[in-house]
Amino acid sequence: MSKLPGWKELPLGATITEPGNATEYETGLWRSAHPVTDETKCIACGVCWAFCPDASRVQYKRKKPNPQAFTDYYYDFNMFFCKGCGICAHECPMGAITMVAEERQ
Amino acid sequence: MKKATHERVAIEVSIAISEAARLLDVDVVSAYPITPQTHIVEHLADMVNNGELDAEYIPVESEHSAMSACIGASAAGARTFTATSSQGLALMHETLFIASGMRFPIVMVVANRSLSAPLSIWGDHSDIMANRDIGWVQFFAENGQEALDLTIIAYRVAEDKRVVLPAIVNIDGFTVSHVTEPVFMPDQASVLEFAPHKMFQMLLDPDRPVMMGPVGIPEIYTEAKMALDIALLESRAVIDETFGEFAKVFGRKYSAVEKYKSDDADIVIVTMGGISETAMTAVDRMRKRRKKVGLVRLRLWRPFPFDDLRDALKKAKVLIVFDRALSFGGCGPVASEIRANLYNSKLKRKPPVFSFVGALSGRDFTADQFAELVEKVEGYIKKGILPEYEIVGVRE
Amino acid sequence: MKNVVGLDVFAIKVLPKSENFTSGHRACQGCGPAVALRLISKALGRNTIIVNATGCMEIIASPYPHSTWRIPWIHVAFENTAAVASGVESAIKILKKKNKRFTDKGKITVVAIAGDGGTSDIGLQALSGALERGHNFIYICYDNEAYMNTGIQRSSATPFGASTTTSPAGKKVKGQLTWKKNMPAIAAAHDIPYVATATISFPLDLFEKVKKAARAEGPAYLHILAPCPTGWRCDPSVCVETSRLAVETGIFPLYEVTNGEWTLSHEPAEFKDVREYFKLQGRFRHLTAEQINFIQNRVKDDFKRLKKLCNMLGVK
Repeated sequence: MSKLPGWKELPLGATITEPGNATEYETGLWRSAHPVTDETKCIACGVCWAFCPDASRVQYKRKKPNPQAFTDYYYDFNMFFCKGCGICAHECPMGAITMVAEERQ
Repeated sequence: MKKATHERVAIEVSIAISEAARLLDVDVVSAYPITPQTHIVEHLADMVNNGELDAEYIPVESEHSAMSACIGASAAGARTFTATSSQGLALMHETLFIASGMRFPIVMVVANRSLSAPLSIWGDHSDIMANRDIGWVQFFAENGQEALDLTIIAYRVAEDKRVVLPAIVNIDGFTVSHVTEPVFMPDQASVLEFAPHKMFQMLLDPDRPVMMGPVGIPEIYTEAKMALDIALLESRAVIDETFGEFAKVFGRKYSAVEKYKSDDADIVIVTMGGISETAMTAVDRMRKRRKKVGLVRLRLWRPFPFDDLRDALKKAKVLIVFDRALSFGGCGPVASEIRANLYNSKLKRKPPVFSFVGALSGRDFTADQFAELVEKVEGYIKKGILPEYEIVGVRE
Repeated sequence: MKNVVGLDVFAIKVLPKSENFTSGHRACQGCGPAVALRLISKALGRNTIIVNATGCMEIIASPYPHSTWRIPWIHVAFENTAAVASGVESAIKILKKKNKRFTDKGKITVVAIAGDGGTSDIGLQALSGALERGHNFIYICYDNEAYMNTGIQRSSATPFGASTTTSPAGKKVKGQLTWKKNMPAIAAAHDIPYVATATISFPLDLFEKVKKAARAEGPAYLHILAPCPTGWRCDPSVCVETSRLAVETGIFPLYEVTNGEWTLSHEPAEFKDVREYFKLQGRFRHLTAEQINFIQNRVKDDFKRLKKLCNMLGVK
């Protein structure tokens, strides 16, 4: 978290002057499961990307090709932000995503 | 700045206030009617629809929305104006704290009127006394000239870079708002040079996006309120400076605390608002009868003029504070603050402070009644009585 | 889907990539309103000012010192979003006219965003006033059908039968006893240029409706069903599925009212049974057969009525 200012340096009305700085916050620490994408099934339609509440679907370069897809990228999750809600897995039209429980010490 | 020119006109005070808003070239007027402020918003509508004032007139659907619209407009950078009274002020209560907490230089005129119940359209200070804590600069005007002048001063103070806080100018409902008085109307060029539109508040700007009004977590709330409080306290210096400049340009000198024959007075009456003029007449009459009575009036209510008041009252042997509102079961609000002010002072002799509450809901309190009050207090002193507070002028 | 005229976004892939509603917000896992706002912010672009009511989407987006919005944003109170937006819109107008600010900015879209509570309950007065005055702004209600931020209490948008903490399914009274308030119809009654219902499971429809709202000359009202897995007691993963079923059962019809003309955006070829919608959500698990039948019949009737309205007041 950014260091909090004293009363003298605080912008008027405690206004936040850094737009979009919520990206400093690791919501990924919340999840108890994460999505695993089978890139051979992913056609990069973008449905998972559109429906993610946390904008946590990211394009990655394909290592394994999918002859049914026309992109050199597929979608996988953003580890820093993904909360593990499972919407992507549920909505994927190709069934390419599976939710796998997190394993932590 | 060179001196302003004035035109002497006979004008209803409400109209004079709207004219002040016109002279100040306000951008957005947020208007909801309530007796006795209606003439202010009506005249503003006239001026806008006649093309005399270039402003957006928002006929909002409630006072809560009136202040909310002012906040939105001020956040976009507009010079905003609104007016209200009584129930309207009570309805916008939550937004008043928000306006100051978010630091928007909104100016509002309140035509002081009593609060229901019972329903009352007539004047007293209960509406504004229920709003001491809102963090706004608060002035009290006694007549039409002061109402107009203080509105101009309010904008310059509110928009000052060192302040950036909203301000209220209080006038008595009906007894000031609806009377026709001779007023010196200044020229617009001087008004705009004296109080040009400044935008030091946080601004909504697609080129510089900010987030206004975030969640004030416990780790930051105190700091935000401290900043507000310090700004309000330090606005005093700006107010004095503005009073001084105003005198130079417009020829009328105002002070946070106004004294009338009080320097050598044994008994000092303390009032606020229009009734001060009645009290001044009473003081004159009592002086003719060799009574050493004086009057001290608070023109500035917030930030509270701690030192000026102690200085004005330091020689007084007895204080009579006349409140036009009551914190039921507690005290007259002005009296309680003066008692606290004196208690917390280094004055060797702290005079007894008699708290009287009267002139509620437009009930007349005459100069003779002030004289009776002084006699009553003299009687109390002889008997060693010091009530917490007393409602006067009431039928048994 | 009907109303594809003027649709410039025809596929998910063509949705704008920039995120003006960023990651890092504190919404629950699987938050429907967050999906809605993300899609809405893509449709709005950067020349926008957001006025946000107190509520879930305000709290999760603005926990000091973090901001989830990359565009200007103001939160004032709970019930006055439309009034604050009126002030912002009026100020922009006059400041442009007087050459004080915004002179080179083109049309700035003023958008008020509030939940169902802040719209159809406490915010109704301010909304009605702003719509009547004709301010040029968009009012977006994200409807998760209860006061979710304060812990799932009922609102006038809570559907019949739903269990909330203030309309619980108890031994004597089983859930909310009144039908959901028809907020879009109330907005349409104000004679404004554009009213529409939308939901997250039809993202392109939602995107296009936001664009249409932005183009409207005058007030526009969007009512967006956005499921809340926490409050609806469903698995977060079925959030979008639930919104889809709401449309496919006819419970939440998608339609527009454009200058007084009512048009359906989507009519299911075959309506799904409401039970399919209910069985995913814990807030409905207590429903008796009688209640379900009542709801099913009312939903059918309401859709028929809506169709009649569209035929009567629709495109000639």
